[in-house]
Amino acid sequence: MNEPRLVAADLPAHGGVGVALRHESAHLHVAGEATYIDDMREARGTLHAAFGLSARAHARIGALDLAPVRAAPGVVAVLTAADIPGANNVGAVLHDDPILADGEVQYLGQPLFLVLAETVDQARRAARLAQVDYQELPAILTVEEALARGSFVLPTVTLERGDAQAAIARAPHRLKGALDIGGQEHFYLEGQIAYALPREDGGMLVYNSTQHPGEAQARIAHALGVELHRVAVECRRMGGGFGGKETQGTLPAAAAAIAARHTGRPVKLRYDRDDDMLITGKRHNFRVEYEVGFDGAGSILGLDFVFASQCGFSADLSGPVNDRAVMHADNAYFLPHVRIVSHRCRTHTQSNTAFRGFGGPQGMVAIETVIEAIARHLGLDPLAVRRANFYGPGRDVTPYAMQVEDFVADRLCDEVAKSSDYGARRAAIRAWNAASPVIKRGIALTPVKFGISFTSTFFNQAAALVHVYAADGTVLLNHGGTEMGQGLFTKVAQVVAQEFGIDVDRVRVSASDTARVPNASATAASSGSDLNGMAAQAAAREIKARLVAFAAERFGVAPEAVRFAGNAVEVGDVQRLSFAELVNLAYHGRVQLWASGFYRTPKIHYDPKTLRGRPFYYFAYGAAVSEVAIDTLTGETKCLRVDILHDVGRSLNPAIDLGQVEGGFVQGAGWLTSEELRWSDAGALQTHAPSTYKIPVASDVPADFRARLWSRGENVEESVHGSKAVGEPPLMLAISVFLAIRDAVAAAGDGRREPRLDAPATPEAVLRAVEALRAGGETQGGGA
Amino acid sequence: MKRIVEVTINGERHELALEPYRSLLDVLRNDVGLTGTKKGCDVGDCGACTVLLDGKPVNSCLVLGVEVGGSEILTIEGLQRGPERLHPLQDAFMRHGAAQCGFCTPGFLMMASALLDENPAPTEEEIRFGIAGNICRCTGYTKIVAAIQAAARDKAEGKA
Ligand code: FES
Ligand code: FES
Repeated sequence: MNEPRLVAADLPAHGGVGVALRHESAHLHVAGEATYIDDMREARGTLHAAFGLSARAHARIGALDLAPVRAAPGVVAVLTAADIPGANNVGAVLHDDPILADGEVQYLGQPLFLVLAETVDQARRAARLAQVDYQELPAILTVEEALARGSFVLPTVTLERGDAQAAIARAPHRLKGALDIGGQEHFYLEGQIAYALPREDGGMLVYNSTQHPGEAQARIAHALGVELHRVAVECRRMGGGFGGKETQGTLPAAAAAIAARHTGRPVKLRYDRDDDMLITGKRHNFRVEYEVGFDGAGSILGLDFVFASQCGFSADLSGPVNDRAVMHADNAYFLPHVRIVSHRCRTHTQSNTAFRGFGGPQGMVAIETVIEAIARHLGLDPLAVRRANFYGPGRDVTPYAMQVEDFVADRLCDEVAKSSDYGARRAAIRAWNAASPVIKRGIALTPVKFGISFTSTFFNQAAALVHVYAADGTVLLNHGGTEMGQGLFTKVAQVVAQEFGIDVDRVRVSASDTARVPNASATAASSGSDLNGMAAQAAAREIKARLVAFAAERFGVAPEAVRFAGNAVEVGDVQRLSFAELVNLAYHGRVQLWASGFYRTPKIHYDPKTLRGRPFYYFAYGAAVSEVAIDTLTGETKCLRVDILHDVGRSLNPAIDLGQVEGGFVQGAGWLTSEELRWSDAGALQTHAPSTYKIPVASDVPADFRARLWSRGENVEESVHGSKAVGEPPLMLAISVFLAIRDAVAAAGDGRREPRLDAPATPEAVLRAVEALRAGGETQGGGA
Repeated sequence: MKRIVEVTINGERHELALEPYRSLLDVLRNDVGLTGTKKGCDVGDCGACTVLLDGKPVNSCLVLGVEVGGSEILTIEGLQRGPERLHPLQDAFMRHGAAQCGFCTPGFLMMASALLDENPAPTEEEIRFGIAGNICRCTGYTKIVAAIQAAARDKAEGKA
């Protein structure tokens, strides 16, 4: 199949932009041939590493006796912080994330030393043999304690417009309430892993399951005390990332590299699943307090939010995560007078990190809960309250001073309300609940408006390399983005194939590699195909322009007469030759057949000090309707039907985009209903395996699940073929499930009082909420 | 003390010298070099390591290597029906986009093949419960269920 195609086909090229093409690795996935790092054939002399973990949440290390570890069978070396040649840090923003704890441990599960042994088993067994003298220090384990003690990883931030308190005081109606929103374990199926191979002259090659190879490269170099050009980090694919490998894949990479340098041997460090869950941070749990004033139609006049999130022991990405929570506390609604206070609490627990949505989901749960509370208080349909508050002409500026120019949430809500028969079903549910004492049903329709771009403006850049091989006209593409299952490599290959008018299987994407594309941003913020697609398109266009100029000159036609389509190039009506033929001719004409492309997102700017500017290039939108039933005697919940309409602009690949919508929704539903993280009073994570941490399985997903891409989707901004980012936004469609459960719980009372139901709405939580409501006890919101 | 175990894997006989504590999963991946079977949790909760042991699906992380003497094991590498002939499930998973990151895929395919062997025409609900021991963190399962339904239909219509 790699023979040059000498005859130009008349058929259009296969697999350009907009085609529901299968994932570029699908044939490998189904054959078990897709290689993840742990599947790579090991180099001679490979050692296996395991961390020894802290057994205390906060303690000074009095003495660390590693003699029994060193004496264990198969152990080659044991490393502590003193063995790190350079910086003992993998903190991405602040330098507060040690690779190995030095003198003090700050959470239970923190890596304290690293064992290197001939086998995985020997390393893990030996890691348990250390004698550690912990001198315990007071540990702060919850948001409440952190607030009480003034313990923060970063200063508190306040975003304010107008005078929220005055507006609330003046408002005809007022409510006050609070809500706890739980965190979430990523549970990427492939755990954290790195494999480091020492190279000549101080070099180091590290295979790392990471969303940010460039960041890993920098941290490794600093830890080794060498220049960045000696370190290469490569990642072909991850078995899932979801944000959990944006910064936290760097720790195993740095540790493996230090060990490889120390021993001169290749070192593989793969976290055991329990260790993975104990070591790595999760989605931030939030405590939300609100006070809202509104009119009789439910229009918000003033809103005061206080957010406090659990960041864990270090800053990691908590700054931008919490900023994004603040910037999504409006969701789709205009808030004339608003104040949002955001506390970033420091606790002696895992350092919470990026997770699909990056704080946005917590902000959105907060405002959507307020909207429902207003509706219940006024006895209105929540959809009417949403409509009363939507952004619109004259009310289109966000609290962070960005004008919303592309608002379509109202149209999506209208369409999905219609297609799901929302109004009639709400009436039917009301009738059902009146007649059904035990099983109560609930429904909710929620919109999503999600800002696309990294809020750190400088991250919004990307580069790509496109090579065209002269001997057969095949194309090799490399860009700074990483593949974690989201289909990025497929989409970007489609973009390049489209430029050249060739079949997509003539384009191959190679592993992300810091030695090919330097300084690449994390594949995060849903921006992967926006940024890398544009960069790859620019590179392909440059090569194409050279080919056009060459063909025009060679065949004596105007450049406009040279057309690329159907694996062929038409040169006016003079010539028609295959793409491979033209490339070959151009090579012999000494035309450069490779190019790099660069892209930076235009228009955006943002001041993190004032939290104002235009942080987002555009918004992605969606809307979902979920219906649930709860058993008020057991708390058991069942999701009966879900309707989703999601806007991806003009889809680059509808099959992949729909997969992102469905998968994101189910992951979000897991977060808000079944996935509960618990720590003991000593700060030990109790839910550190899938046996105790409940991730949705196929039987948890409603059989009646109707997800659609919005056929009218457009991107008003110039993006790659008019598409919109899709990685994160669909997760927040699942807020409809949480609110439908709250709706059902409220129906167990008089339907007007606000239930005390936090997220996740587990059966226990639902049962407690029902009982509290029926006892007439404390509720979450109340008239103020 | 290592023990000698004779076992047939994907139709091929192997004689393996194994320490008694090692899991079948580790033996397959490290000793036999069949890395298509994945380790997601190593404690029997995710299904990524599913293989067929004498035709029955098992979590290979929960089976000891020394237990499988005399048995026949089928892994993802043996599911294919020939060098160019995919199992209908493999084909359906590709067509339906049932794999995103792909890490769970071998386990789902083995589980689904056992399911269809036992029940060639499962209802959607039977499929959902049949694969409820396998976790996929990416897809939300819709396309996995659709792929299994399609493979069952193809089989029934004699297409595969
Ligand atoms: S690895 Fe065996 S069930 Fe998860
Ligand atoms: S495709 Fe990633 S876990 Fe299933």
